[in-house]
Amino acid sequence: MRKMATFEGYERPDGSVGIRNYVTIIPTVACANGVADMIVRAVPEAVSLYHCHGCGRAAEIAMHTNTLVGLGRNPNVAAVLVIGLGCETIHAEGLVLSISETGKPVQVLSIQDEGGSQKTAARGIEIVRKLIDDAKAIERKTFGFDRLCVGIECGGSDAFSGVTANPGVGIVADRIVDDGGTVILTETTEMIGTAHILAKRAASPEVASEIRRVIGAAEKRVDEILGPLASLVIAPGNMDGGMSSIREKSLGCIIKGGSRTINEVIDYGTMPSKKGLIIMDGPGYDMESLAGLGATGAQLILFTTGRGTPAGFPIVPVIKVASTSRFYRRMEDDIDINAGAVLEGKSLEDVAEEIIGLTKEVAKGRQTKAEVNDRGGVICLYSMNPAF
Amino acid sequence: MKPNVVLINKNDNVAVMLEDVKAGDAIHLPDNEAIVARSDIPYSHKVAVTDIEAGGYVYKYGEVIGAVKEKIRKGDWIHTHNLDIEAKVEV
Repeated sequence: MRKMATFEGYERPDGSVGIRNYVTIIPTVACANGVADMIVRAVPEAVSLYHCHGCGRAAEIAMHTNTLVGLGRNPNVAAVLVIGLGCETIHAEGLVLSISETGKPVQVLSIQDEGGSQKTAARGIEIVRKLIDDAKAIERKTFGFDRLCVGIECGGSDAFSGVTANPGVGIVADRIVDDGGTVILTETTEMIGTAHILAKRAASPEVASEIRRVIGAAEKRVDEILGPLASLVIAPGNMDGGMSSIREKSLGCIIKGGSRTINEVIDYGTMPSKKGLIIMDGPGYDMESLAGLGATGAQLILFTTGRGTPAGFPIVPVIKVASTSRFYRRMEDDIDINAGAVLEGKSLEDVAEEIIGLTKEVAKGRQTKAEVNDRGGVICLYSMNPAF
Repeated sequence: MKPNVVLINKNDNVAVMLEDVKAGDAIHLPDNEAIVARSDIPYSHKVAVTDIEAGGYVYKYGEVIGAVKEKIRKGDWIHTHNLDIEAKVEV
């Protein structure tokens, strides 16, 4: 029996374990982004989750609220300052209540109550400095991989994503699940054509039916919106790259989630109630997908890429895995692991070992390429409907 | 010879080309067997590594990705021209 792997992290009052120790500012609405930015300029150690939502949408308000709550609850976050405007749809007090359930410190300011941006920022700076001092007292300890939750993502794929990077990450996913940890596979659009294969791996008939439902709905949306152009989901580039069908492309995508039993299907941006392999229903668009994964409580994201992408996420380290040596070398600024070495004779198991080794180092504090390059951007929340 | 294809799953009957080959070129499989390309096959495309009867399934990732429209010989290029992707798959 293989011994469970371990990593170092910060234990939170709810028993979750972070691999980062961020004091995070969450604006409830885009109108509060400016104040959040004033605070971060004064206290650069703080991380703000700038976004474009929080008001003006009816259909997505619950999903966006869940996502912001989930990001605040993410174990990489030590403490939260919520900044509201005062008249927005996503209510600041509600966010505070939900995030506080974790037992971590959560404070709130409302710009209209404080009497404007400058006054709010000044109070915010004081609060954030104190929260950072308190967070520094938390020390890293060693935990088993059963406390690890890893999100899996792919973007800018090429013909070898499904041959090198995705199967390599799939081995890592199996190792984490076998150690009792959690792996979140998402991008429902990329699963079209494989519902019958994934459903066979469901833990129960209910989970199987959920798998078929979410993939069926994704296929229907694609058909409704694109009509005869639906085949563009399998882009001409994929055909040229040797993919003969959407199913074939999707098989190469889902292999990054490994091969284990699927225990639960969750909505975008919500936390799983089970461990093991989980499917999060969500879009294929990387940036929205990353935010949803962050909100599930994932401490780390493994991101496979063919063409190379700089995408990162403010509170979750993202490890980038390239599918070919050619693009690894071209985009080395942005990519951590070269799975393309498989095409030159390296084994997939060795690639998986390398990813696990880097995971442990990143948990100890080593920065991923995405953390070096892209920590402060705007986060994108999944949206399907127009604003009013 | 170093293989110039990747066989993703041991149950697959197609492999993925690691280089462009011309008809008549050798294709070196991971188990040291060599087969001959029966047409030009581009980098990253699929080559049959066994004969497949007309209507037979094509396996990649250990799963069915379609059925062949005509009899296939090893070394044939497999793509949309000879692969029926709508073929009913027994679940």
